[in-house]
Amino acid sequence: MSSQTSVAEHSSSGKTSDKVFKGIAYGAGILILVALAAVTLFLLMRALPMVTGNQKQNEETIVSFTGGQATNFLQYVGPLVFGTVLVSALALLLAFPVAVGIALFISHYAPKKISTPLSYVVDLLAAIPSVVYGLWGGLVLVPHITGFWTWVAKYLGWIPLFKGPVANPSRTVATVAVVLAVMILPIITSVSRDIFVQAPRLQQEAALAMGATKWEMIKLAVIPFGRSGVVSASMLGLGRALGETMAVLMILSPGLGYSFNILQASKNQTIAANIAAQFPEANELGVSTLIATGLVLFLITFLVNFFARKITEKATV
Amino acid sequence: MGQRIDVNHLNVYYGDFLAVEDVNMAVEPNKVTAFIGPSGCGKSTVLRTLDRMHEIIPGAYVKGEVLLEGQNLYAPDVDPVSVRRDVGMVFQRANPFPTMSIRDNVLAGVRLNNKKIKQSDADDLVEWALRGANLWVEVKDRLDKPGIGLSGGQQQRLCIARAVAVHPQVLLMDEPCSALDPISTLAVEDLINELKKDYTIVIVTHNMQQAARVSDYTAFFNLRAVGEPGHLVEMNDTNTIFSNPEQEDTERYISGRFG
Amino acid sequence: MSDTVSSNHAAPSHDTAPSIDFDKFKPTRSFIAARKRKDMAMRLLIILAFFIALIPLVSLLWTTISAGVARLNLNFLTYNMSGVVGGNPTPSGGYGGILHAIIGTLLITLGAMVISIPIGLMCAVYLVEYSNNGRLAKAIALLVDVMSGIPSIVAGLFAFSLFALLGGPGTVNGFVGSVALSLLMIPTVVKTSEEMLKIVPSDLREASYALGVTKQRTITKIVLRTALPGIVSGVILAIARVIGETAPLLIASGFIPSTNLNLFSGRMTTLPVYVYNEYSQGLATCSATALQSNPPCLPGIRMERAWAAALVLILIVLVLNLVGRLVAKVFAVKTQD
Repeated sequence: MSSQTSVAEHSSSGKTSDKVFKGIAYGAGILILVALAAVTLFLLMRALPMVTGNQKQNEETIVSFTGGQATNFLQYVGPLVFGTVLVSALALLLAFPVAVGIALFISHYAPKKISTPLSYVVDLLAAIPSVVYGLWGGLVLVPHITGFWTWVAKYLGWIPLFKGPVANPSRTVATVAVVLAVMILPIITSVSRDIFVQAPRLQQEAALAMGATKWEMIKLAVIPFGRSGVVSASMLGLGRALGETMAVLMILSPGLGYSFNILQASKNQTIAANIAAQFPEANELGVSTLIATGLVLFLITFLVNFFARKITEKATV
Repeated sequence: MGQRIDVNHLNVYYGDFLAVEDVNMAVEPNKVTAFIGPSGCGKSTVLRTLDRMHEIIPGAYVKGEVLLEGQNLYAPDVDPVSVRRDVGMVFQRANPFPTMSIRDNVLAGVRLNNKKIKQSDADDLVEWALRGANLWVEVKDRLDKPGIGLSGGQQQRLCIARAVAVHPQVLLMDEPCSALDPISTLAVEDLINELKKDYTIVIVTHNMQQAARVSDYTAFFNLRAVGEPGHLVEMNDTNTIFSNPEQEDTERYISGRFG
Repeated sequence: MSDTVSSNHAAPSHDTAPSIDFDKFKPTRSFIAARKRKDMAMRLLIILAFFIALIPLVSLLWTTISAGVARLNLNFLTYNMSGVVGGNPTPSGGYGGILHAIIGTLLITLGAMVISIPIGLMCAVYLVEYSNNGRLAKAIALLVDVMSGIPSIVAGLFAFSLFALLGGPGTVNGFVGSVALSLLMIPTVVKTSEEMLKIVPSDLREASYALGVTKQRTITKIVLRTALPGIVSGVILAIARVIGETAPLLIASGFIPSTNLNLFSGRMTTLPVYVYNEYSQGLATCSATALQSNPPCLPGIRMERAWAAALVLILIVLVLNLVGRLVAKVFAVKTQD
């Protein structure tokens, strides 16, 4: 693919179009570079009044957003970060084992007749828009899951996480986490399955040939091979959960606090859902405030992606 | 130490497809038996039925019986996992576990069988197995380095060490040298000669010189046409097969006229 | 074959090997049973995981289909929401529809495609054919990765603020939504195109260069043509993903009950936003007489419309996915083998 030898001498028009084409390709690359820098700079610029602007006005904005619960930006964004991370971490915790289980089921347990259509279905589920998950969560899951949460609170209520009273309707962090888990399940499954399927046959045969059971074979030859891929799949899922707006907006009854009581309503809110909820009523400064929270969200997802890449890099070296 | 294998009326199927037809043979203990034949004749398939490894392909099954010291491997109460504990296998391409050290590779099989192994016992076993595979001198100073850091021939011998560490009765080798250079091939062939004191060895090879060099008995497999099942043409001691075969097909294959 | 060394059952070697008591390593009967039990337990857990996951996913699909079919008819597809009051029927005999949302979705997605496909594709061409893995290429690859992590709502905020600056405060129209979506779409287009271009064997390029064909013609006539099915399939899957985006469009393109055909002016409803909007309004109020009239006023009509629109949305995504996969399958065979 060396570039110099390729330019033909015979026509100058060929040369010109060659240059133009190269210029366009080059330009597209630079455009993306510039665009992202611009996005970041622009958002920073818009968020700047939160720091440098009239603090009195800032305080008024935040007080009006929160009904007086917070007076400065840190007080405002802190609980939102907490809520975002809490909901997403719970969703990942719920989805991860199930997703890895299904991925193994498709790659190593199900007969081929079932596994091929199954992987199509999983890929398809990964493409279902989040607003549909929100709709289902709000109209189907919320009324049906209250009984289950009541049961959980009754028997596991001594754990602070599951302390009652259980909200009814359960528009709570717990329910949202379940919906987000269902949402990210196909993504994690799909990526993990792709990795598991590629696990080298040679090592799997080696494990079986020395008398390993199927599960021991998976532990010896499939999971070590797929570990980094599964981690990055989970990070992909976590990233989607962190940035998810609609499912949270449509289900959660929001609150502004640092609460681990996931069965109680009006305790937490996420950054993304908060932006969507406050945006319609926000004035110029309000939009700035929301953009600043959006930047914080961007930072969190960036860190998640960054660590995911570090993990996969380390594992593949 | 090695055990004998008797194969009676063995038919191997992949789903509806009959891959190998009516194989009858006796594999003598503490001898090297070579399977030769053109590609697609089912020699690897038959080898894999001796430790029930062909079963990992969905839809594969056999009719007939394989007796290990008189015990049918395909009796309904026999667990394929325990069969593979008694019958070790070495593959065409070296396949050490990439995330494990040399030492852990050797111990992988033993650790499955027994969780509590004393450090000193483990050290002894690693040395014994690696010596048995003629690899000890080369790797004794880097046992904690990953197994995939070795050369191809060393990796293959590491796999042999891993197979003998679980102390099987029979060792199956599926073209163990086909991916190796001549020097590594020689090292593995020497090793096969040494190992037969302790194990019954069955080796599949497409290299007739190799079969002549290492084996005591040779079985020649063939297929009548593409799509037809493979079958065992004849089996005899290696000298007879190579100097004075009974069947004309064998003669033609040995002399290089087809295959 | 030398029989020189005769240690116990250890293989002969250069010096003596330790003798091993293999009984030490023999698995006990109970341990074998325990291993078998564990294998069985894991198998059951894995199958259980599958069925647990099936419950919500089947429930989601089933409710969407069964609740969506109730309101999904020709009237629903051919009318918009103008003139719809509460749960009352419209003069046309229906209860309002999603024509405006379908048009909005198509226009906004088309806008996003026009922006992101050329940029994404050319960027991939640059990365694969021109960059020689230089520093710029690495920076771009990194940024594309970072870009794929932008939360969709932040993309919406960005587009909204950008156009507030360019077109005056409160500029909300379809094109703003297109810009927000293309921000989400470009990374996917770059990544899939890059992968497809990389697969094209370099022999093809070299053969073409050897014939004296210019690099530009080699890329457009040979490389891109060979990679086309993969790229088209990747782009279709990218469209399927952004077509369901709600949050950025809520901010950038807003909501309107009537049909708007102008991408560059005025608010524009899309299907996902329509679903959300119907859902968030809750039950409609109906007077006692309206409830008895024929056709009656329906208090739950908004949820029915939300389900029906969600069903249409899922069907669109489904068709796009199938088409994308089909394109990859059908055409890839012809060009690559």
